[in-house]
Amino acid sequence: MTTVTADPAPAPAPAGRRPKQPSRLRRSWDKHWYAWAMVIPVVVVLAVLIFYPLVRGIYLSFTNLTEANQAAEICTRSITGSEVCKPNPNRWEFVGLDNYVRVLSGEVGEFWQWTAVTLIWTVACVVFHYGLGLGLAVMLNRPMWGRTLYRILLVLPWAVPAFVSAFAWKFIFNERFGLANSLLTAVGIDPVDWFGDWRTSLLTAIVTNIWLGVPFMMVALLGGMQTIPAELYEAAEIDGATPWQRFKNITLPGLRPVSMTVILLGTIWTFNMFPIIFLVTEGQPAGESEILVTGAYRAAFEGIRNYSLSSTYGVLILSILLVFSVFYRRMLRKQGEVW
Amino acid sequence: MRRIAKGIVVLASTTLALTLAACGGEEKAADEKPKTDPASLKAELTWWDTSDPKNEGPAFQELIAKFNQTYPNVKINYQSVPFGEAQNKFKTAAQAKTGAPDILRAEVAWVPEFASLGHLYALDGSELLADESDFLSTPLSSNKFDGKTYGVPQVTDSLALMYNKELFTKAGIAEAPKTWAELKTTAQTIKQKTGVDGLFVNPAGYFMLPFLYGEGGDLVDTQAKKIVVNSEKNVAGLNVAKDLIASGAAAKPPANDSYGTMMTLFKEKKVAMIINGPWEVSNVKNAPAFGGLENLGVAPVPAGSARAGAPVGGHNYVIWSGMPQEKVDAAVAFVKFMSSAESQAFLAEKLGLLPTRKSAYDVASVKSNPTISAFKPVVEAAVERPWIPEAGQFFGPLDQMATEVLIQGKDPKASLDAVANKYKSEVVTGYGL
Repeated sequence: MTTVTADPAPAPAPAGRRPKQPSRLRRSWDKHWYAWAMVIPVVVVLAVLIFYPLVRGIYLSFTNLTEANQAAEICTRSITGSEVCKPNPNRWEFVGLDNYVRVLSGEVGEFWQWTAVTLIWTVACVVFHYGLGLGLAVMLNRPMWGRTLYRILLVLPWAVPAFVSAFAWKFIFNERFGLANSLLTAVGIDPVDWFGDWRTSLLTAIVTNIWLGVPFMMVALLGGMQTIPAELYEAAEIDGATPWQRFKNITLPGLRPVSMTVILLGTIWTFNMFPIIFLVTEGQPAGESEILVTGAYRAAFEGIRNYSLSSTYGVLILSILLVFSVFYRRMLRKQGEVW
Repeated sequence: MRRIAKGIVVLASTTLALTLAACGGEEKAADEKPKTDPASLKAELTWWDTSDPKNEGPAFQELIAKFNQTYPNVKINYQSVPFGEAQNKFKTAAQAKTGAPDILRAEVAWVPEFASLGHLYALDGSELLADESDFLSTPLSSNKFDGKTYGVPQVTDSLALMYNKELFTKAGIAEAPKTWAELKTTAQTIKQKTGVDGLFVNPAGYFMLPFLYGEGGDLVDTQAKKIVVNSEKNVAGLNVAKDLIASGAAAKPPANDSYGTMMTLFKEKKVAMIINGPWEVSNVKNAPAFGGLENLGVAPVPAGSARAGAPVGGHNYVIWSGMPQEKVDAAVAFVKFMSSAESQAFLAEKLGLLPTRKSAYDVASVKSNPTISAFKPVVEAAVERPWIPEAGQFFGPLDQMATEVLIQGKDPKASLDAVANKYKSEVVTGYGL
């Protein structure tokens, strides 16, 4: 960043007395002060809202700070007016890499199991989001009767608050009273204990999330398709290309810039999609359908809240996504994308 | 001159950004001098009630109205806070030293935790504990931490066997089962004769305790500082529960939302027996299909090979230590009123909640209340839970264990060993295995 040169500190005093030769800093300041004034609010807000919490979080992950050992002294007030303060016997301290060792070795929580479930969850959701979104976008990208109505209806799931849809789907999959099992019994299949096995339990969450996430993909891809020039299709048609060939050789390449961005976004969102797992499966059975973010939440925020442990999970999740983004970008650059 | 103007612009924009980024705080003013005359006591108190807002809340608001007849100048801000959120919400607010309620209805296991964090006033030496001996000792004991008392019991409860009398008659069963073995045959008979499920066992940690206590087991030994959750007794207890489901005597519970399923089935007469507490009495009473209180039978939980025991539960009134000293008199007056024998009798009559004062059980309306008299022996036999700050954290691993054993059919011993390890590494790290 160029902010290094932005230091508005007063230039050395002698400079002020030599009007012929102002320092570079001074010249820059005189010329661009207005720009700096405009930039500083953003820098300050970013520093306060992002950089400070991030650095603080990383620092906390190297301590054993919890709610119980955070105070230097614990004061007990008596209703009769007196107050006794005792130094906290187990005050928090710097513990180095302990938290990481405990999490990664499986002593605390189920990091590797959660990671595996998270990967299944993310891949399944993004594949279906993209596939169904693309299919719907292709269908809606040609003149047809009631196109606007279809588009509005298909965007609707997106407009419903996530927790509302989560509860609705949870009830659909209710083992005793839900719609899914009554449909199964109606066609003569035994009802399924949806939440009794981690595979079916995860399936309910994936179905919910697909329903929620397809509209975004569809809208984004539809937008992308409309930027593909119609002449290309005309030319292809004249050359006798089949619809499949047109799709493969015009639509897909034309969508690449949009696709790459929405897949990256979708992956990050799904990876960190907290409410669906938390509300639909509740991690059942016995925590086996927990993903990283919900597992970390339960590990760190149930009972006496463990700030250091939650920071550790936060840093680990951030690192995974960071590594993913770096590889993804590198892959794109190799293929010649300017992103 | 121009440079100063530029500087001002930069400074102004910086300040603006900081102001936007900062969050506003809130200050409460209370500067009334307390006096002894009730009418001259002036204060504004916030009370977080965690009871069910639909079934129980209105009765508490009626009590506040009664309180204001004596203390017209003490304003109570009644706020209903969902039970599941209150614990974290209170801790966050108390830690931030702003926004916590002056008075909170705290679950019994929360009190030692809040006290250990310094969030509560110690009540020793105040009027509230003047007649300490009138309180039932088990509910009162949950308020004690490190030799001091931090709360006053509001209600007590425990788990009992609740059954549908009509289904019992249909199946030709005269009285409630007294042991787990009897429970199994009773449930099977009901299933055979009426076609509905005989029993529903909620696969959750708290609801497993009667099975563990029944064989003489427990979670931890606070005296010896030892984790005993994976004892042979507990394994035996869990096997009893597992067998109830495996043999078909109890309905197969779902892993998700099993508590809600249990209550829906019971209210719709689709299951004859459940194990649950007095807090659901009012809910069952109002269920249109159930047939009112006349149809509800209550019996102590069945006994295992060692004894019959259910965990003690309930709620306490606690006062936030961040409340200014000036409001203490008003807060004490309010809690005293709410926990008085008359108020408890009122709640018992309205909601079927169990009083925590011995004298309240002597009030005529309580004595003649069939639900209360059915629950009284249950509460008297209730088993004390370990009152340590970590007690609230015991149930997460235990819930997981219950699902593993009762739904996934895993080996009880292996699951309990995992619970013990988790207690050791995450909950009570200073305890031995």
